[in-house]
Amino acid sequence: MSKSAYSVDISEEKLERVIIVAWVDNEAGVLARVSGLFSGRGYNIESLAVAKVDEERNISRITISTNGTKSVIEQIKAQLLKLVPVHNVADFKIDENSIFKELALIKFVADSEKLKQAEKICIDFKVEFLDKTSQSFIAQIVNTRREIDDFIKKAKPFGLVSITRTGPLAMSKGSETTRDNKGKVL
Amino acid sequence: MNTELTGAEIVFKALSDHNVEYIFGYPGGAVLPLYDQLFKQKKIKHILVRHEQGAGHAAEGYARSSGKPGIVLVTSGPGATNMVTALTDAYMDSIPLVCITGQVPTHLIGTDAFQECDTTGITRPCTKHNWLVKDVNQLAETIHKAFRIATTGRPGPVLIDIPKDIQFKKGTYKSSETIRIDSYQTNFKGDPVQIEKAVELIANSKKPIFYTGGGVINAGEKASESLRELVALTGFPITSTLQGLGCYPGEDSQFLGMLGMHGTYEANNAMHDCDLMINIGARFDDRITGMVSKFSPGSKKIHIDIDPSSINKVVKVDVAVVGDAQSTMSSMIEIIKKKYPGFKSSNKEKISDWWKQIETWREKKSLSFNQGKKIILPQHAVHRLYELTKNQDTFITTEVGQHQMWAAQHYKFSKPNRWMTSGGLGTMGYGLPAAIGVQIAHPKKLVIDIAGEASILMNMQELSTAVQYRLPVKIFILNNEYMGMVRQWQELLHDKNYSESYSEALPDFVKLAEAYGAVGIRANKPEELDEKIKEMISVDKPVIFDCVVKKEENCFPMIPSGKAHNEMILGPDEKESISEEGKVLV
Repeated sequence: MSKSAYSVDISEEKLERVIIVAWVDNEAGVLARVSGLFSGRGYNIESLAVAKVDEERNISRITISTNGTKSVIEQIKAQLLKLVPVHNVADFKIDENSIFKELALIKFVADSEKLKQAEKICIDFKVEFLDKTSQSFIAQIVNTRREIDDFIKKAKPFGLVSITRTGPLAMSKGSETTRDNKGKVL
Repeated sequence: MNTELTGAEIVFKALSDHNVEYIFGYPGGAVLPLYDQLFKQKKIKHILVRHEQGAGHAAEGYARSSGKPGIVLVTSGPGATNMVTALTDAYMDSIPLVCITGQVPTHLIGTDAFQECDTTGITRPCTKHNWLVKDVNQLAETIHKAFRIATTGRPGPVLIDIPKDIQFKKGTYKSSETIRIDSYQTNFKGDPVQIEKAVELIANSKKPIFYTGGGVINAGEKASESLRELVALTGFPITSTLQGLGCYPGEDSQFLGMLGMHGTYEANNAMHDCDLMINIGARFDDRITGMVSKFSPGSKKIHIDIDPSSINKVVKVDVAVVGDAQSTMSSMIEIIKKKYPGFKSSNKEKISDWWKQIETWREKKSLSFNQGKKIILPQHAVHRLYELTKNQDTFITTEVGQHQMWAAQHYKFSKPNRWMTSGGLGTMGYGLPAAIGVQIAHPKKLVIDIAGEASILMNMQELSTAVQYRLPVKIFILNNEYMGMVRQWQELLHDKNYSESYSEALPDFVKLAEAYGAVGIRANKPEELDEKIKEMISVDKPVIFDCVVKKEENCFPMIPSGKAHNEMILGPDEKESISEEGKVLV
């Protein structure tokens, strides 16, 4: 049963996970505009990362991981592009054409026996060790979401106490770039 | 060398650079420097409303009837929050407003100061864009940007929040010519390839229909002329949304009347059965489509819209032209004339069966009613009002509810910008302040707010504004003592449980008019209606016309929730059962 007479019948459409990137003016309230658009129109945000990327033009890059049907994704892009401070919007699908990476910092606190086992797993996953003490260490892992999930699952019994993650960032492979409406590379 | 101006001086210089003549507003602590500046200048006139929401709707009426942006000036806190309804209304119906709000001084922001609220936060989802100006040197530039954004592309409301200390501070003025908004782009010219494709579909269609909306009004008066030319050139039938009424003459034989939930039988059936739908400046709103999965199942669809996010939002279309309605229509006309000279006559045969079908739908006379001798029917009242005012250039506003739909059905418009109604948001209380804004823009014209007795009470206080500025607006109340549309839905969908939809106490509207310094007229019987309407028109003062109508009359035809265009209820004898699924819809 469809919930509303107004919505497009989406029962046949597949949900897909995409990363949406918006290049925006780095000004007060811009993040609230973007996140408010998502909550107000009922779109999902799985993760969100934002930082200034162009000092000269004062542009920030917002990276949002979301899911939706093809038509919902198109609508999200169109709605984002309508926001005044948004220069351009791109979407990245999880396929061979894009790079996805996420960073996680993970703290282990345990006795030396457990920490040793944790370290072994860390080495398997090629993590970087930060801030080692006799009872603890912090592991830094940069990888895809799935790899990080996998690492966390394996390391969990060995003193894992705290996790922070950035959410994925995305970039197109090869020479492909996105440009603004004046033709400048973003 | 640039001379320095105060923030308040900058605001008024900028407004006057944008040829602003009127501001609708209400003073308060955080805008006192602006009101001081208003006092010192003569060029811009201020209309003092009685509630900030009234200022917003008045500015909307001014904008919709004149094609110019409406300007609002209100104070911080409650002044700003009272504007939220009007801003949302303008956003939904694409009305250009520039709203200036006062804010507590910058050093008090965030301290829960007196009359402080997060104005830009609250209005972010109901404006096209908004700004909090914390640097007086950014003020002029921000105002220029505000005007550009409000009036270009798909128009809409914008808001500028100005802290009180910024209004006092001195800074430099920048003229509007140098302003750039790098990230803001509008799509004025449609893609010629798509326009060619659209014309191709038009040339091959056997059962076409034009479905036009408020976008044609927003594209300017010339767009209505182009629409008339395009419709004449093709010989196709045309229907209009609520917002689009007036773009095409309501009495023309090619016009099928309004479509949608309370549209005509012929318009909705033609939409359902057509093989080509040409949507110009409409957005497939749910009041239009009914059940989307059953919406015009066999047609190819062309969608012309200046807002790219409208395309494929609700209904998937075959050809999309993102561009201005006027510019796109004139391109289409040019191509048709060049590629298919004498199109109308050569194509006549192809669409003749379609017209025959439409004529059989028309014979149902879905808007007919039986006026007896005893009590006035609301449809009859609107019909008589139309007959008695159609010979002069009349502007109609409405509140929201049954009376609004009867007005849309029975008042025929021949020109754009003559019909102001709250379509998207459906704001009761819109009509009277909107009429005030219209009368300000058109001082010599007849302006009538067709109202319901419940809606009018929501912004009744604005009658005081009308009296103050000697604005002879006419409030034509179809008084059935019920929130009629609520009552109608309760009758049809909620087992006749008339829960809280009857007003047990109502003011004596004639005395109320007199209390405000206006004129009150009441009509109880059909035989006195014409005389009293004539009296109302002849009075050069604001009038409340209390038209006592049949209490239980329902607005038909009606597409019940969850039904398709060809499943209309035509009258009280014909009640279709409404599914559980349909009941949850609004």
